[in-house]
Amino acid sequence: MDNVVVEALVRALAVGTPLLLACLGAILNERAGVVNLGVEGMMAVGALAAFAVASASPDASLWAAVGAAMLAGAALSWLHALATVTLRANQFVSGLALALLGTGAAGLLGKKFEGLPLFNKVQDWNLGGFVVSPFTVAALLLAGALAFYLNATRWGLTLRSVGENPAAADVLGVNVGLVRTLAVLAGGALSGLAGAFLALSYRASWADNMTAGLGWIAVALVIFVGWRPLRAIAGALFFGFLYYLQFRLQGNSPVPTEVFSAMPFVLVLVVLALAGRRGQAGDAPAALGRAYVRGER
Amino acid sequence: MRLMPLAVPSAARAVVVTLIAVALALALCALVFVFYGVSPGTVYGTMLRGTLGDPTGLAEVGRRTIPLLLIGAGLALAFRAQFFNIGAEGQLLLGAVFAAGTGLFVPLPGFLILPAMFVMGALGGGLWAGVAAWLRRLNVNEILSTLMLNYIAVALVTYLIAGPWKGKDVRGYIYTDTIPDAAYLSTLPGTQVHWPTLLLGVVVALGLQWVLGRSTFGYALRVVGENPGAARYAGLNAPGIATTVALITGGAAGLAGAGEVAGIHHRLLEAGQLSLGYGFTAVIVAWLARGHPALCLITAPLMGIILAGGDLLKIDLNMPFRVVDVFSGVILLCLIASEVFVRNRVAWGK
Repeated sequence: MDNVVVEALVRALAVGTPLLLACLGAILNERAGVVNLGVEGMMAVGALAAFAVASASPDASLWAAVGAAMLAGAALSWLHALATVTLRANQFVSGLALALLGTGAAGLLGKKFEGLPLFNKVQDWNLGGFVVSPFTVAALLLAGALAFYLNATRWGLTLRSVGENPAAADVLGVNVGLVRTLAVLAGGALSGLAGAFLALSYRASWADNMTAGLGWIAVALVIFVGWRPLRAIAGALFFGFLYYLQFRLQGNSPVPTEVFSAMPFVLVLVVLALAGRRGQAGDAPAALGRAYVRGER
Repeated sequence: MRLMPLAVPSAARAVVVTLIAVALALALCALVFVFYGVSPGTVYGTMLRGTLGDPTGLAEVGRRTIPLLLIGAGLALAFRAQFFNIGAEGQLLLGAVFAAGTGLFVPLPGFLILPAMFVMGALGGGLWAGVAAWLRRLNVNEILSTLMLNYIAVALVTYLIAGPWKGKDVRGYIYTDTIPDAAYLSTLPGTQVHWPTLLLGVVVALGLQWVLGRSTFGYALRVVGENPGAARYAGLNAPGIATTVALITGGAAGLAGAGEVAGIHHRLLEAGQLSLGYGFTAVIVAWLARGHPALCLITAPLMGIILAGGDLLKIDLNMPFRVVDVFSGVILLCLIASEVFVRNRVAWGK
């Protein structure tokens, strides 16, 4: 295979990995009817937690670092569940608050790690010429697992019913609040995992604003891929490829650098507009973004 | 614990719940500071002494109140119409770009420069919000679109000041040349409080309150926001109202951008120096005011204390300015989570 193609693919996979992981998390909680715009914040605290644990000693367990990241993401998303599921607050504004709190807390508490290198970074795997992070492999497997869970298992059906018609699910004896809370926690854990990839594998360092808007792109990606985990692989690769182009063309083209830094965000807008026109918003879970109150329609 | 809906939630109840929510938020932030390794007493003491207890600090609060008031009043209106504009940051930047461009490149007689800058600033901000309003008609959620537009606005500002608008004698930090003297807004002596913009903010806040409470448009806006079904039944043009609201809030944010350029910086400079997160902090200003633009006259200075206090924490305690995001996030979270206690009574037991 051509070297350029391989390089592009490997790069696209690398940037696509956090996008895919975070997107899968968001799909999970949105399928249960809860929008969480706080992905950027949960990724940031995940990255910080992973870095803090991994850098504690040269032989610190990387499994513990990954676990800490997922726990941190879930802990932050628990605030979202508390506010939106239990107290029925506006999901969109709560997510925004979470993004502010997460990036802010990570930037504040991570200040002492700024500029420190990480000695025990996650080793990449060489799979027949493709050098990929174990996180990438895990993300791809998770996408398959989530698709199976949502479409082929009883629990997946329960989760989807809560997102489509919580009142009906409630009548059938499903604990709507519990299912939604668990979905939000799992979504937060996956966002935290995306952050762990950034801190342990992709950069192997800590810097403020390491998430650099990836979390927001992941949120938009959910709409783009129509809430389907397997399509999320293609979507993440697509945006990963855009980042590769940005990296590749910077400096070697007459186009100013700022055009490339704005490009992912412009493309998200274009993609959302296309999805909206195609009426893909119709694929959204019917109860998405609405608090469930027993007795109300 | 059970929640019993109240038929008519009282204003007093809203005030008490809001105060408790803010107190809880400050307590939670204190916990974060303990984690960080600074005593909360030191943090809050530094913030209060340096803002309210000192004339220079008070002026700093005033300076930050100006953009917060303009943006917050606009957002209060937008939230009433259920238009969740999170892109005031970008709209402020576009306002600054349009205003600075006018000051720098449009040859106008001196007395016309300032009004032209403010008009163009409002236009720039309105334009940016207009994009989001247009996208909303294509079913694109405005929270996502206005956020993306923030990032794009930052890239635009960087491009302009590093490229075509780059100043003649610029080294290190990048920025444009300064605008002509006639485009300088007057400030209160010895401070950076550009009072004409502050006055404009007061007028906008009171004006929007009047629009919301007394005009036909305001009535339609409230119906669309509170009961979309009834609005449809009454034949109200909901998309048209949302677009108008977007243009008003964007325009107000653009005015704030023009004010920062004409009143403080006198040039276009890096996005991070133009706005200290005014767009996001104003969301809290509007939420604290519970959708009443006039109440932003109280809530904007309150959040101004947090922004000015954040600066002090950076200088005096060497804390990252990100601390402001922690405040904003926690306060916002506590505010919206407490909303349910305004509209419901809590009954204990089964």
